[in-house]
Amino acid sequence: MEKNKEYVDNEELEIDLVLDALLKKSDFDYRNYSRAHIKRRLSHRLAVSGFSRFSELIPELIYNPDFVRQLLLDLSINVTEMFRDPEFYVAFKALVCPYLKTYPFLKLWHAGCSSGQEVYSTSILLKEGNLYDNSQIYATDFNVDILERAKEARYPIENIKNYTKNYHEAGGEFSFSDYYSADSDSAILSNDLKKNILFSFHNLVTDGAFGEMNVIFCRNVLIYFDKTLQNKVLQLFHDSLVPGGFLCLGSKESILYSEVDHLFEVISRDWKIYRKKVH
Amino acid sequence: MISYDIVVIGASAGGLYALEELLGILRDKIKVPIVIVQHISADSGDSLLKIVKNFSTIRVVEPIDKESIDRNQIYLASPDYHLMVERDKTFSLYMGPKENFCRPAIDLLFETAAEVFLERTIGIILTGANNDGTKGIKSIKDFLGLTIAQSPLEAQVSIMPQSAINSGSIDHILTINEIGNLLIELLKE
Repeated sequence: MEKNKEYVDNEELEIDLVLDALLKKSDFDYRNYSRAHIKRRLSHRLAVSGFSRFSELIPELIYNPDFVRQLLLDLSINVTEMFRDPEFYVAFKALVCPYLKTYPFLKLWHAGCSSGQEVYSTSILLKEGNLYDNSQIYATDFNVDILERAKEARYPIENIKNYTKNYHEAGGEFSFSDYYSADSDSAILSNDLKKNILFSFHNLVTDGAFGEMNVIFCRNVLIYFDKTLQNKVLQLFHDSLVPGGFLCLGSKESILYSEVDHLFEVISRDWKIYRKKVH
Repeated sequence: MISYDIVVIGASAGGLYALEELLGILRDKIKVPIVIVQHISADSGDSLLKIVKNFSTIRVVEPIDKESIDRNQIYLASPDYHLMVERDKTFSLYMGPKENFCRPAIDLLFETAAEVFLERTIGIILTGANNDGTKGIKSIKDFLGLTIAQSPLEAQVSIMPQSAINSGSIDHILTINEIGNLLIELLKE
């Protein structure tokens, strides 16, 4: 079938209407997500459902609550692992931890914590740096089901090999098996790693600042947002950090193309670690 | 004659040899942005980038999220991230499910590029052992862009170009040398 710009514009209109319907039926606002990402996930649902146009999703969203839940699942991406990008942790230890050691008490925020693997990686990193006992970690996500999984800290045993490899590449000095107990199909992280973590619901799209943080981790979350929403969330992070506080983004994310560029200094260009300017 | 604003290239098994030869022919003779998905394992870090930098005479980068698509640049998809084009002609990185068992997948780049650059898109499928890129090539053809497959006779692994050819959406079946010369002919300014 021959396609042109009008075809693309019409599809965009359909997607606008689908996202409006989804917002009205679910309270989740995907209008300022990366449009290419949204379109890819909606196309997947179209193919699976046997529809040919995006607008055919609208009556389903209005009259079928199960379909709303299904579409929210389609749009939710939860790719994470312990010590993901090990070199990031090496950089964090070298460039950020020395500053953290000057504070009597630390507040750290994992925004978009998904199933928790990177939060527990932070617990281990802080523990091995003798910072954990003076730390409060806030871990938030807008998906309540995934938050429950994060609290459980129970992960498939087949992932442990990769987590162990990452842990050592990240500079871990002990035996990774000290941090979990295993049953037949799962590894359960030790309670000690959980005790200073507070898991809670927070939606970056609609909720406000989370005050006085020393460090904010938000890795591979912003890639799902469009520029407008990225700017809003980065401003929220800026407002939530103490002066001199650190912001850690995913390795393919940057503040370079945002409006808050001038409010931060670069601590690690490769690993996207930034510091809120003091003045 | 129609002019083109972007060249998208998909390569898989054997692709590094083909890319080395192609970029060696193009050197700095064309200015339009070239965007490449070369399949590679998720944990390969920046090894691919280093290699491609070695055989390119123009700047090669792995784009980060929201980076704009500029001329005189070669963009290389990062391992383990899909690379897509947004309507404002910036890149989006995406950790969504693998497609055709691949992340990055050629189809995502090609389909999103076609929707933005329309008939001003050139899509090229090089050597490879799966059928990623075939849907993408069809998209580019739907928008009346130009589609090229490496000759399956020349390709180290013929499956991927052959799959694209079998879709009926390929305009030219060419050797790497011919692809290079055609691009220079079409895109010289």
